[in-house]
Amino acid sequence: MTAVRDEEQTEQGADGSTGAASGAEVPVVDFATSPDRYRHWTLEIDGEVATVTLTVDEAGGLVPGYELKMNSYDLGVDIELYDLTQRLRFEHPEVKAVVMTGGLERMFCAGANIRMLARSSHTWKVNFCKFTNETRNGIEDATAHGQTWIAALNGTAAGGGYEMALACEEIILLDDGSSTVSLPEVPLLGVLPGTGGLTRVVDKRHVRKDRADLFATKSEGYRGETAVEWGLVDATYPMREWEERVAGHAAAAVARSTRSGERGVELIPLEVSVEDGTIRYPYLEARTSETGRSVDITVVGPDQAAPQDAAAALAQGVDYWPMALARALDDLVLRLRTNEPDLGTWVFRTRGESDLVLGYDEQLRDGGHWYLEEVRAYLARVLKRLDVTSRSLISVIEPGSCLVGVLLEVSLACDRQYMLDGVYEDVDPDATPAALTLTASNDGTYPMGNGLSRLASRFWGQEDQLESARQHLGEPVEAVAAEEVGLVTMALDDIDFEDELRIVLEERASLSPDALTGMEANHRFVGPETVETKIFGRLTAWQNWIFNRPNASGPDGALRRYGSGQRGSYDHRRV
Amino acid sequence: MTTTDDRTGAAPEPTGPLSTIDYSERIPNNVNLNEDRRLQRALEGWQPKFLDWWRDLGPQLPTENVYLRTAIAVGRDGWAHFDHVPMEEYRWGIFLAEQDPDKTISFGKHKGEPVWQEVPGEHRADLMRLIVIQGDTEPASVEQQRVLGATAPSIYDMRNLFQVNVEEGRHLWAMVYLLHAYFGREGRQEAEQLLKRNSGDLDAPRILGAFNEETTDWLQFFMFTYFTDRDGKYQLGTLKESAFDPLGRTCEFMLKEEAHHMFVGTTGVQRTVERTAEVMKAKGGPARFEDGVIPLQVIQQYLNFQFSVSMDLFGSEQSTNAGNYYSSGLKGRWQETRRKDDHVLLDDTRTMRHVVDGQIVEKEVPMLSALNLDLRDEYVADCENGVRRWNQELEDAGLEERLVLPHEGFNRKVGTYAAHRISPDGRVLSEDEWAASVDEWLPSEESRRAVADLMVPEYEYGKFAAWIAPPKTGINDQPVEFDYVHLAEEGLA
Repeated sequence: MTAVRDEEQTEQGADGSTGAASGAEVPVVDFATSPDRYRHWTLEIDGEVATVTLTVDEAGGLVPGYELKMNSYDLGVDIELYDLTQRLRFEHPEVKAVVMTGGLERMFCAGANIRMLARSSHTWKVNFCKFTNETRNGIEDATAHGQTWIAALNGTAAGGGYEMALACEEIILLDDGSSTVSLPEVPLLGVLPGTGGLTRVVDKRHVRKDRADLFATKSEGYRGETAVEWGLVDATYPMREWEERVAGHAAAAVARSTRSGERGVELIPLEVSVEDGTIRYPYLEARTSETGRSVDITVVGPDQAAPQDAAAALAQGVDYWPMALARALDDLVLRLRTNEPDLGTWVFRTRGESDLVLGYDEQLRDGGHWYLEEVRAYLARVLKRLDVTSRSLISVIEPGSCLVGVLLEVSLACDRQYMLDGVYEDVDPDATPAALTLTASNDGTYPMGNGLSRLASRFWGQEDQLESARQHLGEPVEAVAAEEVGLVTMALDDIDFEDELRIVLEERASLSPDALTGMEANHRFVGPETVETKIFGRLTAWQNWIFNRPNASGPDGALRRYGSGQRGSYDHRRV
Repeated sequence: MTTTDDRTGAAPEPTGPLSTIDYSERIPNNVNLNEDRRLQRALEGWQPKFLDWWRDLGPQLPTENVYLRTAIAVGRDGWAHFDHVPMEEYRWGIFLAEQDPDKTISFGKHKGEPVWQEVPGEHRADLMRLIVIQGDTEPASVEQQRVLGATAPSIYDMRNLFQVNVEEGRHLWAMVYLLHAYFGREGRQEAEQLLKRNSGDLDAPRILGAFNEETTDWLQFFMFTYFTDRDGKYQLGTLKESAFDPLGRTCEFMLKEEAHHMFVGTTGVQRTVERTAEVMKAKGGPARFEDGVIPLQVIQQYLNFQFSVSMDLFGSEQSTNAGNYYSSGLKGRWQETRRKDDHVLLDDTRTMRHVVDGQIVEKEVPMLSALNLDLRDEYVADCENGVRRWNQELEDAGLEERLVLPHEGFNRKVGTYAAHRISPDGRVLSEDEWAASVDEWLPSEESRRAVADLMVPEYEYGKFAAWIAPPKTGINDQPVEFDYVHLAEEGLA
């Protein structure tokens, strides 16, 4: 991420040492927005081509104390970008190519605002980077679903600006003798291009490593000709041909797309209420516990059978149960991550009719209609958010649960699963014991960032166990069997269950949150590396280490000194 | 043409392998160019491109030769040589001020250390950027002014225009020399780009906005040389202090030539005002275009425009880069060595003005973050001098009217005032108030056209167009009516 180039202006003094680290200045972030409220982006639709234009409102920072000069961005700018990506997919399904461009002259985007980063606490920086990374992955996911993003860089794209372009399928740079693409984080700020920059340059665009090395250490970057030769961009055109050429790229992307969609679904504001530490959505509820530093999250199953066909699902719009759930869960994860850093353990439960869930699960898996495919892809993205969430995730499976197919994915995303064997004799001795049901959806419909299903990740390197789990597809599996198959961590009867769960949660809360975050991230992602796992693993981990090192964040570090008129002074020992 | 000078003697004889062009002969220099074959080869590759550029985008009016000053040495006296020279054969030389072997860095974190004779790797990117930005402005003004020869108010003024043009060309050479000599292959690529970007070119414009505006008439040219070249003077003044000695010495010598450009601007506006004042005095009232002169109000509008766009060239009042450049020793302050402070500035503060709730108020800011403002303040003080000089003409004519510099916030597109509308006398205005008065303050299309209509060429030696007074003296002790320019036959047609 990064780098505001020339003439960045300071309003709050140059020490960069105070700021969002003290909780008082951090606002409660609301992720809901809509095009009529955008301050930084505009969206234009022309048939099958959309154009999104970045013109950052300098005075529109999410937190006071910095100005968003030169199209630099903060979380607020990225929240709008995320909203755009969602609306393009649901409200404008007919769009097959999205051109991303800038509304300023000569500067497409200067990246994340450095003054904002320098003032921010470590937690804020990490959350911000994670969200921007997820949004960029979402842009790639749009391209994979026939809505191809094209970066039309009508000026310099520096740092995070270039990283935004890297998320697009094609990058076109203006050939005007001045405009460049660059990753100036290392030479200017002593940090990494942490929203995918380093990874995508070599892994996605296949730039040779020696050239990538030159590129990432040369603050001013490279102009069109070299950028094309090295693969940093795909094409470069002079101003006089610009619009025509960009339109040509968009038309070609439209022609390639196999997407079919019409009559979008309006993303009307999400219903959410917050009171007394409880956040409520339709089909989702979260109760926070400050003392336990945990959140109890209950996912509620559908209250009616799946609509009979795709047209009926479309007619339900955002009230279509899987869609409503995806939106709620998406919003909840973002809120809790950003606004509730102290709540380190999330405990997931489900409540509902398994049979009803099964109908929706099949409908989504069968797809065959743009809306069903988009809802499925959205659920896949939300589940991926869980995978990269730095909280301990615990699944509790009790009578009344509806862990079937897609909902079982939530449980499989958790670090541990606790299942009640039998029923709570004192509460409801006549209840039906909990069961969970694997479906074909658990076998590849909702892949993780590593490209594997959560089931395959769970049994990585244990083909026979994976096969034996597959034998149970479609049939309810009760606690003892589930433990035997390996789908739950522990099956306990009601004598032990409550106590065991309390101890587990208390014990969890006593461990080092840093160690837990590192441990969980290592355990969750087995198997092959992908661009996504490298970004959330290797790149992010190194970045977060560097963020904490004195060379970046110490009083004389490059990031802290940025804007003071002095460069970072480094401890030159290699670690 | 071989240049000989009593003090420096003839240019040194070439050594090394034969090249088709004898550069040590053709490029007057004091950098021992003939001893550096690598650099010679590099410049050999660049020179034809420069000449192509000069032919394509240099002065349009065909001339046989022009009475030009050519730099031939760097000493206090006798550094320049005057002669009639065909412009395309002008000897664009490379001159650096004399080296002081004991020179130390006078500011920033390296204060007291010896100056650098090579580029430190750590500062390579920043230094190259500074040089490229400076270098980009030099040919830009030549391009902006290329059509002016056709409307020159006199042969004397035409000569001054061409002198400015060739010297801007030499300043480009100076920057290109630094790029070639110290920045390797990337430096050479940047040097080529300096010729590929062109003023006002849609596809490849010049880097700074003010250098993509067309120079439409001679009053604007004078205002440009007064206000915009003066920005150049101040930028050079800060680079002159650079810890990178070759840059410092290059800029020190460039400042010498820049003085002539200031002179052209100061006297050009002065003579315009003088003529207008004459008419006002004779009429006992305002002068109008119908009187064959430029009305004082229009001169004020031109002044307002050029001053405000030149103020933008200093960048934001508060700048991270300026502070970094200073602390790293790349770019000092104006008259750095004469300042009475610690030359490190870590704990210093200063006040700056900005707009809060419709009022212009002061606030305290760290000095290191406000070095652009520091330089701009020096510049504004210098600009006041010229205005006083021009007002002297009005006073001499017994007139009450005066020219004034507009407020620092007037018509700004860069910095703290960019988001506000400020009147020339410093009032914060609403958008409506601004729109209602802007045509009083800035030249309208109509008044620019009226000025352009006055711009009829006067090619007879010693004669001057009606809107401008003759100068008191000529160039290099030659009379005013001297044959400063010999036009080519086709130029006379």
